[in-house]
Amino acid sequence: MSDPGSRTYLDAISAGLVDAMDDDDRVLILGEDVEAPFGGAFKVTRDASHRFGPERVRNMPMTELGFIGAANGMALMGLRPVIELQFADFISTGFDSIVQFAATAHYRWGGAVPWVIRAPADGNLRSGPFHSQNPEAWFVHTPGLKVVAPSTLHDAYGLLRAAIDDDNPVIFFESKPLYRSLKGTLPPTGTRVPLGRAEVVRPGRHVTIVTYGAMRHEAAVAAEALADEGLDAEIIDLRTLKPLDVETIATSVARTSRALVVHAANRLGGVGAEIAATIADECFSDLDAPVRRLGGLDVPVPFSPPLEDAYRPAAADIVAAARDLCAW
Amino acid sequence: MDLDPLVTYRWMRLTRTLDDAIRTLWLTGQGVGGAVDQRGHEAVSVGPALCLEPDDVVAPMHRDLGAYLVRGMTPHELLAHQLGRADGPSRGRDANIHGCGDLDRNIIGFVSHLPQSLPVAVGAAMAFRLRREPRVAMTWTGDGGSITGLYAESLNLAALDNAPVVIVVENNQYAYSTPVGRHSANPDIAARSRALGVHSVDVDGNDVEALHQASRAAVNRARNGGGPTVIVAETMRMLGHAVHDGFEYVPDELLEHWHERDPLATFERRLDQRGVDVDARRTIDREVAAEVEAALTSAKASPWPDPATVTDGVWA
Repeated sequence: MSDPGSRTYLDAISAGLVDAMDDDDRVLILGEDVEAPFGGAFKVTRDASHRFGPERVRNMPMTELGFIGAANGMALMGLRPVIELQFADFISTGFDSIVQFAATAHYRWGGAVPWVIRAPADGNLRSGPFHSQNPEAWFVHTPGLKVVAPSTLHDAYGLLRAAIDDDNPVIFFESKPLYRSLKGTLPPTGTRVPLGRAEVVRPGRHVTIVTYGAMRHEAAVAAEALADEGLDAEIIDLRTLKPLDVETIATSVARTSRALVVHAANRLGGVGAEIAATIADECFSDLDAPVRRLGGLDVPVPFSPPLEDAYRPAAADIVAAARDLCAW
Repeated sequence: MDLDPLVTYRWMRLTRTLDDAIRTLWLTGQGVGGAVDQRGHEAVSVGPALCLEPDDVVAPMHRDLGAYLVRGMTPHELLAHQLGRADGPSRGRDANIHGCGDLDRNIIGFVSHLPQSLPVAVGAAMAFRLRREPRVAMTWTGDGGSITGLYAESLNLAALDNAPVVIVVENNQYAYSTPVGRHSANPDIAARSRALGVHSVDVDGNDVEALHQASRAAVNRARNGGGPTVIVAETMRMLGHAVHDGFEYVPDELLEHWHERDPLATFERRLDQRGVDVDARRTIDREVAAEVEAALTSAKASPWPDPATVTDGVWA
C-alpha cells in the first residue's frame, strides 16, 4: 500500500476513469494507444484497460476527426465515450467533429452528445510547439461546449466524474506539468465537483488573482511572496472555464477592488480577455485599478528552456503585476 | 422485405412533389434563406431507406429528402423547418434541410461539413455492436464527400470494427460546380472504398429497385455480422446545388442523357411493362399533391419561434 499522500494528479484521473466505468456501463474509452499493457502515452488508461478490456478501452487509429465523429454517433446512441487525446495540441485535427457537429447538435435538433475529451495540455516541460499548447480559448468561444481545467487531485477526479455525468460535450484540459509533480491524496470514491463553480483557494483583501490550471500553483507561490510585502492576495481557481462562475469572481473583486487574470495560454484573444471584460462589465465601480492580464506571448510555444521561460508567465511575474496593481 | 411497387412509387412521388413545392416557395419569394434541390435523387434516398427496420438509424444529407419522409418526417414538419417555424424539427434553429434530426425516429441531423454524418453513422453502428443490438446505421454522402480524409478515416474505422453500417455514396457527377473528373484523380469510388477494406458495390442510382436490392443485401449483411458496405449509386443532380444556382456549368447533352433515365419515369415505365395499374398511380399523384398543398398551408400558418427562446437548447 503506497503512502496516500504520494498519489499524483495522473492517479486521480486514472481512478476517476476506473470508477466512472465501474458505476456506469455506458462509459467507454477511445484513444490512440490507450489499451493495456501500453495504457496510453501517460499510462492514464492502463488500469481501466486491464480492468475492462478492449471492448470498453479501445485503441483508435491516428484519426481524431474520424474517431471523435464516431464518438458523436456513440454518444447520440446513449453511450458516454471518454476520448483521450495524446496531447491537447492534436485537438485541431478533430475540430469539425467537435465544433460543428457535437457542439451544435442539441441546439439544432435536440441530439445530446454526452462525451468527454481529455486533452493533456500546457507546457513548461520543454516539449516544443506541438506538445505544449493551451487551446482552451477556441472551445470557450464555441457555443455548446463545456470547458474544464482542473488543477488539483481532488478537482481532477471530481470534475472528471461530473464531466462524464454531464449530458453535454465537455473538453477536459489536463495540466501536463502537474501530472507527476503534484502529489497528494485522492478524494473519496464517487466525489463530484460540480461544473461551473470556481473555488476561492486563498482568501485575501488586496487583490484578486483569477487563474486556473498550473498557474494556480504559480499564483500560490506568488501570494506567499506578496504576503511578505504585506499584500494579501485572494486566489480564485476557476476550475470550469465554461460556463464561467462570474458570481464568485465579481464577489471577490467587489471586496478587493483589484483583479489580475493569469493563464498559461497566450494572452491575445485568450480566456483572460473575456474574464477581464466581464470584470469591467460587472465590477467597474468597485475597481481601484485597471484589470491586468498575464499570459503567454503571441508566439508558438518555443522549445529551448530560456525561450519557453521567456514565453510563459511565472510566480515572479504575478508578484510584480499584483504589486503594481496594489500601488495604483 | 420486398418492395411494394405502389408504396415505393408514393414515396418517390411525394419526395418530388414536396421538393418542387419547396423550390416554388423560393422562386416566388416566399422562402426563408436558401433551399437545396434533390431532383433526380428520389430513387437513391427512397430505395435504401425502405430496407430499414424502425430501430435502425439513418444519417441522411441534404439531397435525401426521400429518406427523411420514409423515416417518418411529415411534409408539414419538413416545410415548417424550411420556413424557420417553431414546430419544425429544429424549432427554427437550422436551415433548409440541415438539422432535420429526431432521435425518437432514429434520424440524425446533418451538418454542412460533408461527410460529417459518415463517422457519426459508423459510431452509431459501433455502439450497436458493443451492445449486441441487431441494429443497422445507414448514411449518405456524395462524390465530393468521398474524396475527403474523413471518408477514408470513417471507412477504415468501420472496417476495423466490422461495424453494421451501410454507406450510400451518391455519385451525382458534380460537387457544386466541379465535375467528378476534376475533383477525383481516381473516380472509381467503389475501388477506393474497397481499398480501404470495405465491401463495395456499384449500382444504378436512378433505379429504385436495384438500389433496394443492393441496400437490402447490405443491410442483411450488416445485421448478420458481415460488416459495412459502400453502395456507390451513379446518378445525377438534375438542378443546381441550391435554388440560387443557375446551373450553367452542366452541358445540355449530359442533362439530356440523365433526363432519359429520370428515376420516377424509369420506375413508371417498368411498372407499365408489368401491367401495374396506372390509375392507382394517378390517384397517388393527386393524393400526394393534396397532401403537400395541405402541408404548405399549415406550415405557412405555423408560428414563428419566440425570440425569447433563442438560447434554449444550447445545453442538453
